[in-house]
Amino acid sequence: MLERRFSVEIRTPERLVYQGEVKSIRASGTNGDFQVLPGHIPFLTTIESGVLIVDDHHGIRSMATSNGVFEVLRDGVTVLVESAEWSDEIDAQRAEEALQRAKEQLRSQLPDMDYVLAELALARAAARVKVSKSSR
Amino acid sequence: MATLREIRRRLASVTKISQVTDAMRMVATAKLRRAQEAIESNRPYAEKFDLLLGHLLAQIDIDEVPHPFLVPHEMNGVCLVVVSSDRGLCGGFNSNIFRVSNERISFYKNQGFDVSLICVGRRVADSFRKRQHKVIAEYLNAFQNLRFETALDIVSQFDDLYLDKQIDRVEVIYNNFKSAITQNVLVEQLLPLTPNPPVGDELFLDYLYEPNQSEIFERVLSKHLNIQTWKVLLDSHAAEHAARMTAMENATSNAKEIIDELVLQRNRARQAIITKEISEIVGGAEALG
Repeated sequence: MLERRFSVEIRTPERLVYQGEVKSIRASGTNGDFQVLPGHIPFLTTIESGVLIVDDHHGIRSMATSNGVFEVLRDGVTVLVESAEWSDEIDAQRAEEALQRAKEQLRSQLPDMDYVLAELALARAAARVKVSKSSR
Repeated sequence: MATLREIRRRLASVTKISQVTDAMRMVATAKLRRAQEAIESNRPYAEKFDLLLGHLLAQIDIDEVPHPFLVPHEMNGVCLVVVSSDRGLCGGFNSNIFRVSNERISFYKNQGFDVSLICVGRRVADSFRKRQHKVIAEYLNAFQNLRFETALDIVSQFDDLYLDKQIDRVEVIYNNFKSAITQNVLVEQLLPLTPNPPVGDELFLDYLYEPNQSEIFERVLSKHLNIQTWKVLLDSHAAEHAARMTAMENATSNAKEIIDELVLQRNRARQAIITKEISEIVGGAEALG
């Protein structure tokens, strides 16, 4: 039996990161991780910065994204995020360093620290490290 | 009349200048193409967001869930984001920005409002720093490698100030890229947000919303602000290269005119010398004969 697929587009302000037919897509939603399979009902949600996993004819691949909006329509899925990087685009060592920096910044408790921004930076760094490890 | 040697020297230097301006025109053309591609790359993202925002605005009663970005404040302080370029030689690009932003600054100061500035590009930053204006942030060399993070960073400078009511309006002054030949300075309001009311909802079907409509609306609105700022940067960047392209094209054609004139002068001077030499020879021969 031919497997059912649906179209997915992952868009950022700088490029169209992905466009293709997939078997499933997984993302970290605001209320927890979720997966979309063919025939999903129309659905609009927000996603947090984390790992997005696409399963298409290349196999299962992952990317680190910023937070954004995830839309499911009858004819496909559109993901709007401000940044997205495939696992093989991420320099694992630099990602690890960024994670350490973000952790230190949060720990430092400096008076001029923007707590929300620092937390977001930490989440982004953590996602990138996770994705870069999963590629090996 | 200038001597032949002087004319030759001028001719050589003008020719070199025209080669330089022509090379700069070609560089600007190539960069303009890349800047236009960046505008195109943003389009699928921005258009989808506009569609979503329009859809949510049609669904949500804004007065019932007033988002802080949409609520106008009582006016006390204004923040102006002024976008210029890092380099000169681009015609009226920066002087137009100066003219409009100085008008805008005095317009607000005369009404007794506090004006603070965010300067993008070396050109405005250098000059406003000297002029006792309150500059809260400057971005130098942002256009060398324009990234979306720059837009996020600019927004992060003013959004909290707005939420804390330290500023009550945010405007951006920039060169709008209409086409390769037309750019004009625009003043646009960033905050409070004034999203266009939806012109008929193109997404008729109702979604399942998670967590809920108003939280999604909040997310989309704050992203909308980032997109507006990003669009401004992209536009100004393309306009800068378009302006430089035109300026360098004019410079090259002016240089060509001068070259034509100098070539004529040089030929005349050379001819005059030859005529003089011949008449001297003829005169000498006659004297001998």
